[in-house]
Amino acid sequence: MKKIEAIIKPFKLDEVKDSLSSIGINGLTVSEVQGFGRQKGHTEVYRGAEYTVDFVPKVKLEILVDDGLASQVVDTIMDAAKTGKIGDGKIFILTVDDAIRIRTGEHGDDAI
Amino acid sequence: MQNINTGDTAFILISAALVLFMTPGLALFYSGMVRSKNVLGTIMHSFIIIGIINVLWMLFGYSLAFGPDKFHLIGDLSWIGLRGVGAAPNTAYAPTIPHEAFMIFQAMFAIITPALITGAFAERMKFKSFLLFIIAWFVIVYIPVAHWVWGVGGWLRNLGVLDFAGGIVVHASSGAAALAAAIFVGKRKGFGTEPMIPHNIPLTIIGTGILWFGWFGFNAGSALASGALAANAFVTTQVAATAAVTSWMIVEWLKGGKPTTLGAATGAIAGLATITPAAGFVSPSAALLIGLAAGVICYYAISLKFKLGYDDSLDVVGVHGVGGILGTLSVGLLASTAINPAGANGLIHGNSSLIGIQALGVFAVVGFSFVASLVIFKVVDKLFGVRVEEEDEITGLDLSQHSEVGYDLSGLGGSAGGFVTANAFSAYPSEMPSVSGEAPLAPDNLP
Repeated sequence: MKKIEAIIKPFKLDEVKDSLSSIGINGLTVSEVQGFGRQKGHTEVYRGAEYTVDFVPKVKLEILVDDGLASQVVDTIMDAAKTGKIGDGKIFILTVDDAIRIRTGEHGDDAI
Repeated sequence: MQNINTGDTAFILISAALVLFMTPGLALFYSGMVRSKNVLGTIMHSFIIIGIINVLWMLFGYSLAFGPDKFHLIGDLSWIGLRGVGAAPNTAYAPTIPHEAFMIFQAMFAIITPALITGAFAERMKFKSFLLFIIAWFVIVYIPVAHWVWGVGGWLRNLGVLDFAGGIVVHASSGAAALAAAIFVGKRKGFGTEPMIPHNIPLTIIGTGILWFGWFGFNAGSALASGALAANAFVTTQVAATAAVTSWMIVEWLKGGKPTTLGAATGAIAGLATITPAAGFVSPSAALLIGLAAGVICYYAISLKFKLGYDDSLDVVGVHGVGGILGTLSVGLLASTAINPAGANGLIHGNSSLIGIQALGVFAVVGFSFVASLVIFKVVDKLFGVRVEEEDEITGLDLSQHSEVGYDLSGLGGSAGGFVTANAFSAYPSEMPSVSGEAPLAPDNLP
């Protein structure tokens, strides 16, 4: 079982979600996050005082899948989220020990 | 009673209400510029002053400021508790309206002046110490200064100092106190190293609109009668404010930045503060010059705090202090008896003595307010400490001083995660409320 974490540009969220639905992914978690990488932040000016805002807003997706589906999910996200400009984001793949559905107590792949 | 003019009375009562409205407006103007954790603390700094100062004004403040003169420095206590302040007009101040109407109009000025200072120590002052400072400042600085400049027998009034609506009494005096506050209270934790970004500029713009609207009562109402002089003050107020909005934007843009909304709002307030002492003494074309100058000079004045290293958090010194001084001196240059026969001519109309008198008035009040404010701060600091604890400053004034928060947008209940302690609702033992509403999603809808 793998967890795919993808940090993407916020305006790409709908496109990525639709593409994932079309390959049969039926659940994911989304959070609004801030961070920085190679993409620069921006400058804000208030009454002449300049502030550099380093953190750029992004959206983080977390998706739990069977091992066999992981590479397909990664490819789908890459296709949908890519603009080709700096700041498109990153994808991380993690191995997950177990998953449990709280309502029924099912474990592993059954709980996804 | 035959001397009471109903038109004048109606105008002054409405003007008093307009000036009152400025203080909640100031609360919004200031609170939009602080960080969200201090929004309520900042609003409270202005709002509670309406309550406290008006009570003191009614009890003894009005009598000391405007009552029969003692030594040209202060009024006496013969009008204590508004004794004798009733329907009959006071002919020396406002001969055509009830004395009571003049008193309540002046009360609104006494309220907003200390509230202006609060922008200088925003986001870090202990509430108890704030209250003590404001009360002491009102008694020790505002009341005497109002008497000096506006009270019959006051020494600056006797010298011929002209201050139509409070350039000296309101803006220069609060600006000087603000400088003392910024120096004595010290910088906010992280000033100059951490971003301190205004959390809600639209709130500041609403506040600017309310202030601007109320300012017509402030300046036109200071004619103390409805008529030509009030109309002139109304027009000069609008002309100066609009000129300053324009000139602030231009200088900000030319300096290589972008034209900002906060800058436009600040320009408006700078223009309004600057025209205040001059509104009833100068012509509309002179007001245009004053407004244009206010936008440019106050723009440069607010950058001084970075050069000199003091944290006047919301630029009270640069906008109100500098604006009030600039406006008061401009009276010495541009005043005309053709506009107001009770005033005097300024330099361009051939009278070279007025500018010196105006400068003396500024110097005396700014110096007195600055020194007295420092002394008051010193005493308050000895008693309670002026600053909140470092941890409370990081948490924010809303939670640490007032046990409330300005915004709860979490959607999942209260700020404490939705837990309700039993004794919080002990006043309603029969109906224990459920915990902060329903969960927004049914469990099956979650992934």
